[in-house]
Amino acid sequence: MEGTCEKLHYELRGNCLVIYITDDLDHHAVTYLRDYSDRLIEVGNIRHIIFDFSHVGFMDSSGIGLIMGRYKRVMFLGGKAAVTNVGEVVNRIFGLSGLYQIIEKYDTVDEAIEGLQKKHWEGAKKS
Amino acid sequence: MKLIIESVSENESFARTAVAAYITRLDPTLEELADVKTAVSEAVTNSIIHGYSKNKGEIEIECRLDGSEVTIVVTDKGVGISDIEKAMEPLYTTKPEWERSGMGFAFMEAFMDQLEVTSEPGKGTCVLMKKRIGKEQDMK
Repeated sequence: MEGTCEKLHYELRGNCLVIYITDDLDHHAVTYLRDYSDRLIEVGNIRHIIFDFSHVGFMDSSGIGLIMGRYKRVMFLGGKAAVTNVGEVVNRIFGLSGLYQIIEKYDTVDEAIEGLQKKHWEGAKKS
Repeated sequence: MKLIIESVSENESFARTAVAAYITRLDPTLEELADVKTAVSEAVTNSIIHGYSKNKGEIEIECRLDGSEVTIVVTDKGVGISDIEKAMEPLYTTKPEWERSGMGFAFMEAFMDQLEVTSEPGKGTCVLMKKRIGKEQDMK
């Protein structure tokens, strides 16, 4: 499953929903991205969510709300959230907001998929 | 420079881009540009979401330069803020159902040198921000 629309491109890799954001992340974009990602979470067999920031040049506090909100949704499905390819501008905002305390950062989408699934299995073994 | 925009979310990117263009004559670093754009975006978004909420109104963005310092004043005639101190607390938001993070004022404070908020319930809110551009070059 994959697709493209105005502000994002998405693909489903295993049980990971990868959302490549392709626009500036402000309040205007977030209202659209939120509804779109939630529909994808509902229809797909999804456990983890990854937001890729390769094409995001700007983000304000609205972006924090978007990531936190989706994190809460996948958390109830027993999943995790991660961000990838985070540039300097966005990284400062994530750092200031304390988001990295609950969301993992990876350099690439491949590393995120591997990392999230590995941790998931380790978690399953422990319990 | 004075800019008057309608309180619709489509105008958020226009507002911050216009202010960024205005300060380019100060030769800002990429980081300084990002700081100012974020602060303007936060202030304008606040006016749209909180000031006017479901109503529409005008937001005024005024910029002036004083040497290497830029002053940005964002004013709306919306509902106003009854408890400014509370509103400025990090993580405090009156719109959790809209997934607002409550970080708006904290970011304005972090990214600008000075932030002053004045407001009167029923009359509107005025956010004044100042930042000196080129501080990093001076230190070299």
